[in-house]
Amino acid sequence: MKNKLGVKLPDHIDGIGKILPYKGPFARVRGLKKEGLTTTGVKMRASLPGKKKVFKDLKKVIELSGLKDGGTISFHHHLRNGDFLLMNVMKVIDEMGFKDLTLFPSSLTSAHQGIVDYVRKGVVKKIYTSGLRGELGKFISKGNMEIPVVIRSHGGRARAIKSGDVKIDVAFIGAPSSDREGNLNGVRGPSACGSLGYAMVDAEYADCVVAVTDHLVDYPNTPISIPQYQVDYIVLTDKLGNPDKIGSGSTRLTTNPVDHIIAEKAAKLIFNSGYFGNGMTFQTGAGGASLAVAKYVADIMEAKGVVGSYAIGGISSYIVDIYKRGLFKKMFDVQSFDKGVVSSLLNNEDHLEISADFYANPFNSGAIINNLDVVVLAAYEIDTDFNVNVLVDSHGYAQGASGGHSDTSAAAKLTVIVAPSFRARIPTLVDRVNTIITPGETVDILVTERGIAVNPKRKDLLENFKGKGLNIIDICDLKKKVDKITLKPRMVEFGDKICGLIEYRDGTIIDTIDQVIE
Amino acid sequence: MKISKKSSAGSLESSDLMVYLEPMDTIKVEAVSSVSTSQHQKEIEALVKKELKKAGISGAYVKVQDNGALNLTIKARLKTAISRGIE
Amino acid sequence: MKFKTRRTMLYIPGNNPGMLQLADIFGADAVLFDLEDSVAPNEKDAARDLIANMIRFREYENIEITVRVNPIDSPCFERDVKEIVASGKLNAIRLPKANSAKDVKTLEKLINKYEKEYKLKPGSIKIHPMIETAIGVIRSYEIASSSDRIDAITIGGQDLTANMGVSKTKEGKEILWARSQVVMSAKAANVDVIDTIFADINDEEGLIEETRLIKSLGFTGKAVINPRQIKPIHAVFAPSKDEVEWAFEVIDAYEKALKEGRGVIAVRGKMIDPPVRKRAQRIAGMAYLMEQE
Repeated sequence: MKNKLGVKLPDHIDGIGKILPYKGPFARVRGLKKEGLTTTGVKMRASLPGKKKVFKDLKKVIELSGLKDGGTISFHHHLRNGDFLLMNVMKVIDEMGFKDLTLFPSSLTSAHQGIVDYVRKGVVKKIYTSGLRGELGKFISKGNMEIPVVIRSHGGRARAIKSGDVKIDVAFIGAPSSDREGNLNGVRGPSACGSLGYAMVDAEYADCVVAVTDHLVDYPNTPISIPQYQVDYIVLTDKLGNPDKIGSGSTRLTTNPVDHIIAEKAAKLIFNSGYFGNGMTFQTGAGGASLAVAKYVADIMEAKGVVGSYAIGGISSYIVDIYKRGLFKKMFDVQSFDKGVVSSLLNNEDHLEISADFYANPFNSGAIINNLDVVVLAAYEIDTDFNVNVLVDSHGYAQGASGGHSDTSAAAKLTVIVAPSFRARIPTLVDRVNTIITPGETVDILVTERGIAVNPKRKDLLENFKGKGLNIIDICDLKKKVDKITLKPRMVEFGDKICGLIEYRDGTIIDTIDQVIE
Repeated sequence: MKISKKSSAGSLESSDLMVYLEPMDTIKVEAVSSVSTSQHQKEIEALVKKELKKAGISGAYVKVQDNGALNLTIKARLKTAISRGIE
Repeated sequence: MKFKTRRTMLYIPGNNPGMLQLADIFGADAVLFDLEDSVAPNEKDAARDLIANMIRFREYENIEITVRVNPIDSPCFERDVKEIVASGKLNAIRLPKANSAKDVKTLEKLINKYEKEYKLKPGSIKIHPMIETAIGVIRSYEIASSSDRIDAITIGGQDLTANMGVSKTKEGKEILWARSQVVMSAKAANVDVIDTIFADINDEEGLIEETRLIKSLGFTGKAVINPRQIKPIHAVFAPSKDEVEWAFEVIDAYEKALKEGRGVIAVRGKMIDPPVRKRAQRIAGMAYLMEQE
């Protein structure tokens, strides 16, 4: 069969099951009532008063957890590149002789390259994640896994857990601070990382929750991000992670002049879009041009005396600074991007920690992003239908993350993609992206250093931008301009094997990660 | 004309490339790229061979370490390396 | 193609393909590819080949392309001129250390030769002499009026202060006289006059202050070393609302007079002669550019 975007898909994949084809950003949301789904039950646990939860031995706790061969274990990636926990747990699990596990982290970073060995040994049989990096991404793109990896957005992961599509047997939660009963937060301790937004969903729906901490504090540990009634065991460890790699002190604004040119143009567009004004809600990515857009938008807000309602998403200290200038009333934080955010989350009542479910799940009674006015996002590649790839790099390897990209672009009233038109000689603007993460029908504007393209379905925006001195051109003409410079280097050729499935936020399959032919 | 001594041109910065030339009786070209695919590396090799022919070079061992250079940059670096490699 | 204004000329190091290939996106009125100070002595050949190819193949959009070659007494000089003229799409050559009319003539002869050799439109490549020695300042009018190819002269502050045996300060009192002299020579020769760079890229206030000063002295533009310096300079050169209104009044009045066959016109009670009209056209052009930004 083919999905709405023309991607060929099998009806069924062994180890995955029935494949639902993507039919449009809200097709399944609209029809969900008819599906009559219920959220599956979580295994009931009961505790006698005075039950001992704290252990020193991880192995002992894994025995107690009831994990079996073929089970599913989950992790969060709030400790980013500094995370020690996932690899430490895998080492013990391997020693204990487990096989055929499904690894279900909220995402994978450069700290997790060692997973390759556990796949080779048969300890890990399936991987469900948002992102893939480094050797692991190459290993998967070369077709080394029997069962395709499943890539989910942050909202899509929350949906998959809640709907029972993925049943977590044991959730391992790296807890920067915990008390003896398992009240957890991410804002205290040597491995403080800020929000625990992704882990909150795992804690709620896993059959067994194991918190691992390097900072056991007196009872009760507050603020409580994950409450004790969800936590079965607490394991003490020396170090949850490398603090230097968990996050730098603050997120710096890019110094790349191209990023600034793009960001300034994007801010000017947002100002003229019709969505700029008091009470606006705003999200932007953490790096490069997208964070720089926040700077220029904030400067315009200040100059015009505009105060927004909330900023949301991954929160960086740069966004905290903009809040401190009085330009937004609240910040919703599913993931903190740097150390500078931690103290704000701890001390500032306008800075609110939210779960991935609250943030972006399409299958609940209203995620926060449903009220989002403007989101600014990056792209590895974007095509003339505005489809965006943020996962597969110019070699064809999975080296990125789905993140909240497709969630926010579906929900926001205005989705702006900021990207240079080419990087070195690799064009960003292509006929068809290697892998669709975000469908073009949810993308409104592409801003590059060489011109701005508006999705032709947004006639209202084109009208708003008339006579504003904005250099708006047809996306195909923009592509021709870029092709003249890069001369269209030959891109990757893929084989037939499906190495990964890109699951859209609603659980349908929007695209595949195809095998790179060397 | 043949390359008579070892020479090189360019850098390993982004959007640039290193071209290394060595004396040889025939033409041999090897390109690797840090940013693009093996398919594109073959395109670079073809471009280098074409440019060598245009410059009248019949003997050279050419190694290219590409870091995302445009074709015009590849041509310029090759030209410099050739002029440095013939006495 | 005639470029309306040169408020900013952006220096780009000549051996850096990553920067050169992006030269037209920063919003500068002109770019200045450098073969001189920013290129190491053993890389002059590489930079020359690279710049020539960039100009030949990159097809820059709506921007004046100029190249600073090595000085006349350097071994690279003739080769620089030959190769970049051969690129075929060059707008001007900036001649560093122009000390006399003879220096300009030397360059002019070479350009003539290679324009002919590469079958380019005669006279299409302009010369921008760079005044950066005491003797150059003294002879700046002689230099500025030495060739029809000259449509701008420029001052180089770093080399000039070195030549004077003083250090360059932020206030720039030591080169005030030289700046004024170079402006006067340019006006007398009826060519544009471009100021030296402002070295501290993190000091936006200082840049704005200096730009206000050199604008008031009569400079028509300024060289920049970082894209961040472009916007503040353009803002200083932007005409006021009243100036723009006046400019359009002058242009309208002139066109009306032309239709009616009248010779003498006045706007706001003042006679409009050709230099005033020229100023009005410059302001109108500037206003148009500001709108585009």
